[in-house]
Amino acid sequence: MNDKTPLLPVHVISGFLGSGKTTLLKSVLASEEFGDSAVLINEFGDVGLDNRLLGEIAEDAVLLSSGCVCCTIRGELSDALRRLMSQRQDGKIPPFKRIILETTGLADPGPIASTITADPVLRHHLRPGTNLTLVDALNATASHKLQPVWESQIAVADKLVISKVDLVDQAQLEEVQSLIDAINPAAQQLGQEALNQASDELFSSGPHIDHYSYSEVKTWLGPWRKPPVPNAASHLGDVQSFRLGFDGEVDWTCFGLWLSMLLNRHGSHIMRVKGVLHVQGDTRPVIIHGVQHTIHPPEHVAAWPEDDRISELIFITHGITAKCVTDSLNTFMTAVSNHPSPRIFHA
Amino acid sequence: MCGLCGVFGGENHWSTHIEDPEQAHYERRRARAYRAELINRVLKPHRLVLEDFQAASFVIANATGKREIVQDLGGIWRQAELMTGRDIDPLDANFLASLS
Repeated sequence: MNDKTPLLPVHVISGFLGSGKTTLLKSVLASEEFGDSAVLINEFGDVGLDNRLLGEIAEDAVLLSSGCVCCTIRGELSDALRRLMSQRQDGKIPPFKRIILETTGLADPGPIASTITADPVLRHHLRPGTNLTLVDALNATASHKLQPVWESQIAVADKLVISKVDLVDQAQLEEVQSLIDAINPAAQQLGQEALNQASDELFSSGPHIDHYSYSEVKTWLGPWRKPPVPNAASHLGDVQSFRLGFDGEVDWTCFGLWLSMLLNRHGSHIMRVKGVLHVQGDTRPVIIHGVQHTIHPPEHVAAWPEDDRISELIFITHGITAKCVTDSLNTFMTAVSNHPSPRIFHA
Repeated sequence: MCGLCGVFGGENHWSTHIEDPEQAHYERRRARAYRAELINRVLKPHRLVLEDFQAASFVIANATGKREIVQDLGGIWRQAELMTGRDIDPLDANFLASLS
């Protein structure tokens, strides 16, 4: 689709306070595989402690110190990213292949993507990369009860790593796994070893996946039905995750209208949407991926398999039910499209 | 860009990104016309009309003749809400009923 220079990914390491983000970043930067990375660190407070911890490893790390990346410093983030790109172009810093942004533990990483895609300069050079979220096994339940942003960090994740598993027993660990499964069943959970030995796997997924095979797309979307999670639902509050299936081809124009209307009115309550669509008149699957108000540019991926052309969409919402979304999409497409509408069902 | 009025052309909305940039000009115009047709179907109950402007942007007009230029889909819904003073909410039963 894009015939210009490949866009550089901006990967985000997120997670609540004390979940091990800096430990992971140190491990990533110590790895040869990630030697050609630029680093941005978002530290909340007067003293950039994390930057000091990382000092010997990443001397060129840029510290964003005036507040939380999700709200107060989006302008500063844009400026820092522009500065990095400018220095790269001028040869003042080595030609890095990716940017890794460590957010403060209090940040909702959702708006970072829109900072990149809405900037008239940055969007021609950078793209949102993988959202990697760390979950502190010891404090997950307490953080979930007290800090709404914890859910947002889980919901936007492409990949999740549970840290401090050695400090909890098996039952506690399973409770944490159930909880994050219930919030974001489509995220890939990596083992604790990912913390100590950084590998390509950490950032190998994300919104720009045009190189994916269809089986990789299915892995990215997770299993069609996960076993119900006992107990977890009662702790979820207003967060809901659900999956829609489409029996038939989708009128892309009509679907785009509906989704853009939904995001215009309810974007802050759509924590995540992603899926694969069989678009009318298109021989290849179309991948869609969005966080809150931002939909990443949809991509075509490799061809459909012969026997499996089912479109599916995963939603993670705050207070919006599966029935409400399903009924709305069914009614809208039937009433507005010029083409036969697929039957849309809640799986 | 339109040489007369200086309007930059081309939508940058995510929904247009699966269109093949190599496809024939008329194909892109046809896709854009279909988009406008469907938008008008949605806006009609709100007494708003959308017109394509130079294949570069859109103009929304209301029944009193007020006209506003918008660039893409995201802007259309926001502007329509401003001009009607009402939310355009696809989850609202009344909105869905208005389509049929």
